[in-house]
Amino acid sequence: MRNRLVLLMVVALTATACRSGSSEPQVLRLATTTSTADSGLLEALLPGFETQYEARVDVIAVGTGQALSLGEAGDADVILVHARNREDAFIADGHGTARSDVMYNDFALVGPIDDPAGVQGTAMAADALVALAAAQAPFVSRGDDSGTHTKELSLWEEAGLTPDAAWYQSIGQGMGATLQFANETGSYTLTDRGTFLSQRESLSGLEVMVGGTTIDENADPALLNPYGVIPVNPDKGGIDLDLAQQFVDWLTSVEVQRQIGEYGIDIYGQPLFYPDSQRWRDR
Amino acid sequence: MRTLVDALIDALRLLRDMDPALRETVGLTLQVTGGALLIALVIGIPAGAAIGLSPRVRGAGLLIPLIYTGMGLPPVAVGLFVYLLLSNQGPMGGLDWLFTATGMVMAQTIIAFPLVVGLTMAAVRGVDPQLPVQLRALGATRRQTALTTLVEARLGVTAAVVAAFGSIISEVGAVMLVGGNIEGQTRVLTTAIVLETRKGNFALALALGMILLSLAFVANFAFYRLQVRRGNR
Repeated sequence: MRNRLVLLMVVALTATACRSGSSEPQVLRLATTTSTADSGLLEALLPGFETQYEARVDVIAVGTGQALSLGEAGDADVILVHARNREDAFIADGHGTARSDVMYNDFALVGPIDDPAGVQGTAMAADALVALAAAQAPFVSRGDDSGTHTKELSLWEEAGLTPDAAWYQSIGQGMGATLQFANETGSYTLTDRGTFLSQRESLSGLEVMVGGTTIDENADPALLNPYGVIPVNPDKGGIDLDLAQQFVDWLTSVEVQRQIGEYGIDIYGQPLFYPDSQRWRDR
Repeated sequence: MRTLVDALIDALRLLRDMDPALRETVGLTLQVTGGALLIALVIGIPAGAAIGLSPRVRGAGLLIPLIYTGMGLPPVAVGLFVYLLLSNQGPMGGLDWLFTATGMVMAQTIIAFPLVVGLTMAAVRGVDPQLPVQLRALGATRRQTALTTLVEARLGVTAAVVAAFGSIISEVGAVMLVGGNIEGQTRVLTTAIVLETRKGNFALALALGMILLSLAFVANFAFYRLQVRRGNR
C-alpha cells in the first residue's frame, strides 16, 4: 500500500513537471466580474485571442471587489472590472500599470410590476430611491462588494440616505441570484441591464422602473456603467505582463470592439455592451 | 503563507471582540440546525426503530436501498427541490417560506432525516435478536419493547444523532439556495464563509470557519459525555 502511494506521488510529480514544459500554451489569468462571464460575452470573444496568441485564458469570474484583490495579491495577470473610482485607486496604489476604456452598458432599477412605491418612469435613480425609502418598499442589495453593489451604495449616498431598515435586504450574492430573489419576493433592486435582459424569461414579475427599455432611454448619467481593463503590476512576481498587454491591445482593437458591439443583438434585440475604447472612438 | 498567518491573527481578534453581527450568525446557525435536528430525531428515531424491529416490512427490498440513498443526499439537490416547492410558482408557494429560516429548517430536516432513520435502524438490528422476542414473551407492549431495544442500542443511536448533526451544520448548498443568505435573517456560518471568501475578507472567513469547527466540537463532546454518563465507553 505504502509503495503504491509513493509510486503515485512520483507519477503525479513527474506529470506536473512535464506539464510546465514549453510545449504548453502560455496562460493568461483574467480576473473579471460575473457580468462579463455570465452574459456569455467572454465565451464569444476569447477563442479569437487564444488562437491568435496561442494562449489559454483562465477566466476567474468574481465580483469587482474580489477581482481587484486578486490583482493586488498577484493572483491574476489582468483585470476587467467596472468600478471607476476603485480602478483609479488600484492604479494610484501601484497595483496596476494603466487603465484602458473597454466598453460600457448601463444599470437599471427594476421592481415588481405592481410598483407599490410608484416609481416607474422616474428619470433619476436617486429620486426613485428617496421614494422607495419613503414608501418602505422592499429593496434587495447585492451586498457582495461587486461593481453593481458599489454603484448602488453611491446612489443611496446621492439620495442622502443610509438604508438600514427592515425593508432593505442585503444578500451577498451574484446578480442572477439577486434578480431571482427580487422576482420571488416582489422587491426592487439595482441591476446591470445585460444580466436582466439575459434572464428576462424567468423574471416575469419584474419590470424596469428607472432606465427605460434601452440605454438610449436612460436619462440618468449616474446609471452609466463603464468597464476598464488593467494589466497587473509585474513587481508582484509571476505576472505575465507581455501577454496581459497583448490582451489589452487585442481587446481595445477596432475589430474586437466591433464584435463587442454586435454581441447579443440576435438574442436580446439590443447589444449587452457598447464598445468604448480609445481606438474605437478615434476610428 | 503570510496571508494565512495574518488571517489567523485577525480571526482571533474578531473572535475576541465577538461583534453583534457575528453573534447573530452563530445564533441563527444553532437555531436552524438545532431545529432541523430535533424534528429529524423526533420523527426519525421511532421510524428507524419500527423498521429495524419489524422482521419483514412489506417492500423492504426497495425501502432499505432508498433509505441508504437518502443517507447520502446531496444538500444542494435537496435545496433545489425545496426551493422549487416553496417558490411562488411551486405547490407550497402560499406558505411564503422561501428565503426564511423556516424554509432552511425544512431543507436541513430532509437532509438529516434519512441519516437518522438509517443509522437507528442499523443500531436496532445490531441488538441481540433474542431480546425483543424475550421482552414480548415477558408481556411487554410493542412500545416498551421498542424503548428497551433503543436503550440497548444507544451507542448506535448516538452515532445517528452525531452524523445527522455533522451533515447539516456543515452544509452550505441547501441553506444558500433556500435561505438566500440575507444579512441578519438567513445568513448562517457556512453561507457567511462563502460570502466573505468571495469578498476577499479571508480573516473574517477564517474566524467563521473556526467558530463552525468549535461548535461542531462542543456539540459532539456533549453527545459523547451523554454516552459516557450512561456507563458506556
